Amino acid sequence: MTEVLDILLSVSFWAAVLRIASPLIFATMGELICERAGVLNLGIEGIMVIGAFAGWMAVYLGAPLWLGVACAMLCGMAFGLVQAVLTVPFGLSQHVVGLGVTMLATATASFAYRLALPEVTSPPKIEPFQPLNLPILSDIPFLGPVLFQQTALTWAGFAVAELTAFVLFRTPLGLALRAAGENPAAVEAQGLSVTGLRMGAVVVGSGLMAVAGSFLTLSAFSSFFFEMVNGRGWICVALVVFGAWRPGKAVLGALLFAGFDALQIRLQQTPIGAHLPYQVFLMAPYLLSILALIVMSRRAEVPAALMQAYRKGER
Amino acid sequence: MRLEPIAVPSTARRIGLPAAALGATLLVGMGLAATAGANPLHTLGLIAKGAFGSKFAVLETLNRATPLIFTGLAVAVAFRARLWNIGAEAQLYAGAIVAVVLGTGALASPWVLPVTALAAMLAGALVLLGPVLLKTRLGVDEVVTTLLLNFVMLLFVGYLLEGPMKDPMGMGWPKSPALLKEARLPRILDGLRLHWGFALALISAGLVWVIQTRSTLGFEMRAVGANQAAARFAGMPVNTVLVKTALLSGGLAALAGWSEVAGLKGHLSSDLSPGFGYAGIIVAMLALLHPLGVVVAALFVAAVFVGSDSMSRAAGVPTYIADMLLAVALLFMVLALMLTRYRVVWK
Repeated sequence: MTEVLDILLSVSFWAAVLRIASPLIFATMGELICERAGVLNLGIEGIMVIGAFAGWMAVYLGAPLWLGVACAMLCGMAFGLVQAVLTVPFGLSQHVVGLGVTMLATATASFAYRLALPEVTSPPKIEPFQPLNLPILSDIPFLGPVLFQQTALTWAGFAVAELTAFVLFRTPLGLALRAAGENPAAVEAQGLSVTGLRMGAVVVGSGLMAVAGSFLTLSAFSSFFFEMVNGRGWICVALVVFGAWRPGKAVLGALLFAGFDALQIRLQQTPIGAHLPYQVFLMAPYLLSILALIVMSRRAEVPAALMQAYRKGER
Repeated sequence: MRLEPIAVPSTARRIGLPAAALGATLLVGMGLAATAGANPLHTLGLIAKGAFGSKFAVLETLNRATPLIFTGLAVAVAFRARLWNIGAEAQLYAGAIVAVVLGTGALASPWVLPVTALAAMLAGALVLLGPVLLKTRLGVDEVVTTLLLNFVMLLFVGYLLEGPMKDPMGMGWPKSPALLKEARLPRILDGLRLHWGFALALISAGLVWVIQTRSTLGFEMRAVGANQAAARFAGMPVNTVLVKTALLSGGLAALAGWSEVAGLKGHLSSDLSPGFGYAGIIVAMLALLHPLGVVVAALFVAAVFVGSDSMSRAAGVPTYIADMLLAVALLFMVLALMLTRYRVVWK
């Protein structure tokens, strides 16, 4: 147990928690916005892949880092628009379309990557976001390196979560969005467009998912490889349930989850890791997500109209 | 924009729209080829030639279609009952593991082939049983759980291949020892590179069709899929039906892994399936969830994969054009299907 304690008391562990949580927070907020408006967006995994690719490619071609993030976001929104058009006005199965969008976005990223770099075996690296070194603050023992030596994108993640919570629960737009996911007929009776609200939510949410993907290439790994998203999108779908569709709780869930992830990576290096095959540690995030779904199953407050297509005048 | 239901869709609509979806997919393919700097028509021609242009190509396509028929059936059976089994990949590997465990010497009898097949089905069924019980007992969404289990299973296979199941003669490659000769599926004809797995896949499609159209279980599965509340009101044991569906679906997906190991590869490696489980979703949707249609759709999907591989070597368009085409085909097809039943009214 002393190994675990040592890890929990180390600066690098807590810094890693925030770093690992950042893409999860972006993508979970994206999915949460979609689901609050009534659309389950299973395009998330693929949209993260295309975001990771587009951001990295733009920077590789010479764009500044923030322009890379913007490119990722636009690409994500484009695929989000496909998801939105097919599931909202056309009312197609959100499961099937979402999986289709994931396949399409993933394949597009692979196709474009091979087109741009036909012969490359190891993907070229880019100069990623550097940790912000704030004067004084970064020098505070423990808290400094943990909180104030993160990249700007990590901070943006927490800001986006705060903004999501504010818009959803403190503005008329948020009220309308949530109503579109709970009782679309009532929204329509108010003279608002359910189609418009839901499509907007899916497009914006998809943009955030793509930013999550771009975090992986522009802030975490500094190059793009095919399997890099590796189920993080699906984990975020589970985190939305775990967070009971509330931004604050979802962020806590992402942090908790990132904590376990950072812990398992470090445990692999300890004597405990020597006794267990490393695959057991790598399975932990996925098993933990399933466990989270089971724990929350009894008290989850699912948006009432989630996954229900809304057709005006039909009951 | 508004959607108006059509009471009785015309034949032209029911045939024309899916055909238009395929046509639109081909157009996208031509666009992609042009983007890659290749001649669009020539590229499509090369894909067709690569899939059907020679005896070798046809056999390769049939071999590739075999696991896709099994996973396509698995998905079609589940989706028909609105059970969202996205975990065919995990169930496939469960079947493959069983094929290796029983086929490398643990079982030495003339019955080894049917026994491994049944045991593989059981393993696949058990892998899906967990998520389905979580769904029926606790209401946990099975989409996410089955998806996540795919990753867990792949890591488990990696562990087996580096640990207990590692081939001592494998020269460091993570692969399992080879199956005994008795545990291998023989070829249908001597000299033809096509194994009995393909025939079994066709038989399975026929059996699933009989189950769905001629049995009580099939009726219950369709009723639960069409309207769960109505099925429950009519006194059907909805949860039991879902569990039975899961056992059938998981078993079918496991046969894909079993037949790949026993028929084609002869051993297990972690690249056994290049996403057959996920491609099964495309197969099932293109087949309109019809078991016999699955055979046709699997041949189409296999042809796109095999043809693109060969085209890529000749024309230099990345092979990922296959994945893009199939994803586009899936989206166009679900849209076309909806438009056969609804008319779009602009106003």
